[in-house]
Amino acid sequence: MDGEIGLRVDGRRRRLRVDTRTTLLDALRDGLGATAPKKGCDHGQCGACTVLLDGRRVITCLTLAVAHDGAEVTTAEGLADGERLHPVQEAFVERDALQCGFCTPGQVCSAIGVLAEVAAGHPSAVTEDLTGPVELTDDEIRERMSGNLCRCGAYVNIVDAVRDGAR
Amino acid sequence: MRPFDYRRAPDPEGAVAAATGWAEVAFLAGGTNLVDHLKLGLAAPDVLVDISGLPLDAVDELPDGGLRIGATVRNADLAAHPVVRRDYPLLARALLSGASGQIRNLATTGGNLLQRTRCVYFRDPTTPCNKREPGTGCSAIGGYTRHHAILGASAHCVATHPSDLAVAMAALDAQVALLGTAGRRVVPLVELHRLPGDEPHRDTVLAPSDLITSVDLPPLPPGARTLYRKVRDRASFAFALVSVAAVLRVEDGVVRDVRIGLGGVAHKPWRARRAEDVLLGSPADEEVFRRAVDAELAGAAPLPGNGFKVPLTRNLVVSALRELSREER
Repeated sequence: MDGEIGLRVDGRRRRLRVDTRTTLLDALRDGLGATAPKKGCDHGQCGACTVLLDGRRVITCLTLAVAHDGAEVTTAEGLADGERLHPVQEAFVERDALQCGFCTPGQVCSAIGVLAEVAAGHPSAVTEDLTGPVELTDDEIRERMSGNLCRCGAYVNIVDAVRDGAR
Repeated sequence: MRPFDYRRAPDPEGAVAAATGWAEVAFLAGGTNLVDHLKLGLAAPDVLVDISGLPLDAVDELPDGGLRIGATVRNADLAAHPVVRRDYPLLARALLSGASGQIRNLATTGGNLLQRTRCVYFRDPTTPCNKREPGTGCSAIGGYTRHHAILGASAHCVATHPSDLAVAMAALDAQVALLGTAGRRVVPLVELHRLPGDEPHRDTVLAPSDLITSVDLPPLPPGARTLYRKVRDRASFAFALVSVAAVLRVEDGVVRDVRIGLGGVAHKPWRARRAEDVLLGSPADEEVFRRAVDAELAGAAPLPGNGFKVPLTRNLVVSALRELSREER
């Protein structure tokens, strides 16, 4: 069974027909050729498929495309302003926060989500005071980025990059 | 994945109507558990009723000082809600200890409560499992049981319920509002989930077309202190081995109010009533705390692979009560 949906992906309006079983990840990659989000585990455990959906970081492998008619999707490919990289992307390059790069588009989108959540004062599991302001400590970054795995183990530099990206 | 029909519900009543009359039907909200199960072949509905657009996404303060949480409120939004952070910190802590940021931005209140067990055999369709295929047997019994139940299990199933949120809600005396073909009704959270018995395929008391519309939290008694603590195999993004949600009010050294929810130990969020009975009216001291948790664990039946959960639960509950009863400085 098919459904027709409209998405705005990295600033471009797109329409496509999808089988109701298609995940948002497969619709982006196979339906629209937006291949920045990666298919890692395909079960919500690795974070490689992370994008910003209506401005919030989400995994795309466990959500159905047909349920997101009219949504705005920003992948890692849509973060740059022309030739100018997003500050978080810059920081990943500067800090050498990757090795193979497969997880990087998801890491970058997730990090941008993290910085927005911290700026909004949302606590995490390691925040001492639930009602006070949130400080972007390394422990906070590690906890908030725990949904993004890196098999190369670039975590140390990823923490540095996220911290730098906040500046 | 088997093909299914997709319908967007116009309103809660329409959602229930759309879900009525099918052999296999599922409500779709965040999808983080259901879509995984569609891929694994654990769920094969004829129709998916999408409730994510319904106006069930509000958090409202109630006249009695309690809180009404809509069924489709995202886990991240609930944890960040100012009233939850101020008045129900254990609920925020429980939510924030579950899943990852990207999942909490999708997952909903109702979906979190109805998520299914993480038992590795349930999730592997090549193995026998009474929960997945009634009558085929339980592969966990005699198998890998690190994450399995020590309380309330049966010879048919030893799975645990994986939710953190549900454990906190059990300790908060939450009430679940349902809409079904026969109209509205309310079920206490602690009665929503079942013990496995000889029907482990039934996680809850819900009929297939029953829709959770909201969850009400009564106000906490003034002076009560709360805590949610979770023990797991890694520091983040892992399910609980054991977790505890506790509400405690001590007056003049005597326990005047206590509610304890346990996670990771049973087929449902476990309310430790036996421990509460020992504690209520007794001095808030370590000896009583130990006696209380021992009364609860007297019925524990650990499996060869999870005996550690008995002392772990004991230590976790005692340390939680000790912390909550400590004089404020």
